[in-house]
Amino acid sequence: MNAPNSAGQHPRRGGKRLLLLIVVSAVIAVGGLAMLVNIFERKQEARNPFYRVVDLTDTTEDPATWGKNFPLQYDGYMRTVDQKRTRFGGSEAVQRPPTLADPRSIVAQSKLEEDPRLKTMWAGYAFARDFREERGHAYMLDDQTYTERQIAAKQPGTCLHCHASVYVPYKKLGDGDLIKGVEMMNTMTFADARKMVGHPVACIDCHDPGTMQLRVTRPGFLEGIRALKASQGVPDYDPNTMATRQEMRAYVCGQCHVEYYFKGPEKRLVYPWGKGLTVDSILAYYEEQGQTDWTHALSGAPALKAQHPEFEMWSQGIHARSGVSCADCHMPYERVGALKISDHHVQSPILNINRACQTCHRWPEEELKARVETIQQRTFRLRNLAMDALIDLIGDLQAAKAADSTSPRLKEARTFQRKAQFYLDFVEAENSGGFHAPQESSRILGEAIDFCRKGQSVLRTAGFARR
Amino acid sequence: MKFPVSLMVLGAVLFGAAAGIGAYTFIYAKGYSYLTDDPSACANCHVMNEQYDGWVKSAHKGAAVCNDCHTPAGFIPKYLTKMENGFRHSFAFTSGEFPEPIRITPRDREIADEACRKCHADITEAIDASHRPGMELSCLGCHARVGHL
Repeated sequence: MNAPNSAGQHPRRGGKRLLLLIVVSAVIAVGGLAMLVNIFERKQEARNPFYRVVDLTDTTEDPATWGKNFPLQYDGYMRTVDQKRTRFGGSEAVQRPPTLADPRSIVAQSKLEEDPRLKTMWAGYAFARDFREERGHAYMLDDQTYTERQIAAKQPGTCLHCHASVYVPYKKLGDGDLIKGVEMMNTMTFADARKMVGHPVACIDCHDPGTMQLRVTRPGFLEGIRALKASQGVPDYDPNTMATRQEMRAYVCGQCHVEYYFKGPEKRLVYPWGKGLTVDSILAYYEEQGQTDWTHALSGAPALKAQHPEFEMWSQGIHARSGVSCADCHMPYERVGALKISDHHVQSPILNINRACQTCHRWPEEELKARVETIQQRTFRLRNLAMDALIDLIGDLQAAKAADSTSPRLKEARTFQRKAQFYLDFVEAENSGGFHAPQESSRILGEAIDFCRKGQSVLRTAGFARR
Repeated sequence: MKFPVSLMVLGAVLFGAAAGIGAYTFIYAKGYSYLTDDPSACANCHVMNEQYDGWVKSAHKGAAVCNDCHTPAGFIPKYLTKMENGFRHSFAFTSGEFPEPIRITPRDREIADEACRKCHADITEAIDASHRPGMELSCLGCHARVGHL
């Protein structure tokens, strides 16, 4: 290598140049090969590998088993344990000393303590005893099992319809018949039914184990949507055979994120959609059924409790109208390697603006966040006004009741309280702070205030003095 | 300059090996496809799959391919743009340093905006004529989704 060359250069200088050349060529070779390997890896990743390491059947309940075949989705699903606040929602991890009756060492903040007016609104009902901010899917079973509402009133097995993975237990209980299974569990006590379930919502509740296609397994939704479609002139509707894929991306969530009531002594879970999905048609349905959830402890009004009508509220908003489903924002697509998967870490889109919003809305994150919070802030202020109006009406009713409990006008005023607080609760209990349908939320709150005004007016014209 | 035969053979072998590996990489990575107008070439690396899928379902599928909108008119500007984009894309994809969802650069957006005017001149000339310099309209400002989502 150090052989003298005929150009007469110094042999050692030539040697150095040769060494440099070797180093440079080696670096180029490494770069070239690294690039080749990188291209190879990218091509491998584009082949969407799927390894079936376990067989999934219609009785595979444990999500960890599904996770062996779908580790990326399972990983996201497991992250629903996260507790993260947004400005108007989200849960905060609050420490508490575990007791024998309630072994939870961390819970979410109490909404009753944040706004004591809620206790007045729900006076005499179990929600006035314990109502906390909802946590992620991972906690649904524990939080229902250990809520103090269980102590305040005996809860039926029906609750588990949406607080546990119930598809396999229902089938088992009904000897293969889903509807028979749910009817049997509904009549059990919560404690007895609780022993039959083992997981919070799991893969099998939304996915067909053979094809991974979305499917609806909750009897409440199957019956509710059938009633809704029948009212629209579509007989015998079955989402599992008649819905589009995009519709299913909302229906699987609508299995639980809805308004409901327990009908009759058999505690049948019913989604009150027979007349439509708006708050007005739901109240009209309840009036027709003569449904009353409880008698208000302070005023004696026949009251109704609204519970998380997200599916109903979303259906009235611009996103639903544009064909945007729940999963588009709450489980947006993400790229992992070359795989495009749905993020199974279901959470507030505000915590994932990049994927949840910016795919369609080409604005900076801060701008989009500000838009959402503007809507929520306005809804929150209106909600506070409606809450004040309701407290005033309840106060007036209390005073009127004390002055003359036999007055026939009391009944009329109580009817206005029933309507007012159902409308208010429809927005209060809905988990989007008005975002799912901003104008509809405002309209509902406006009507709630109007009902309060009318209720007070009835008492005033009957000669009852202001409290 | 005169090298001993053995050194020249060694040099030739090394050069041949490098050329072989280079050519293999080029063919393996379908490097030649980037010289064509075939839209599937743009989705060679999977990062453009969504854009490609969107285009397949778009109104423009029968009328324009990627290069019609994303490269300027004229052979030299077209291939200069392809070179610049090609280098930037492969560097980003290899290093993994790029934001998601992926975004178009301002320069490339201008190219796409000009491209509308290639085919829709009848309409765009009438619109452009009524806008003073400095107040020109961007087609994509409103029609951002015509090519792909």
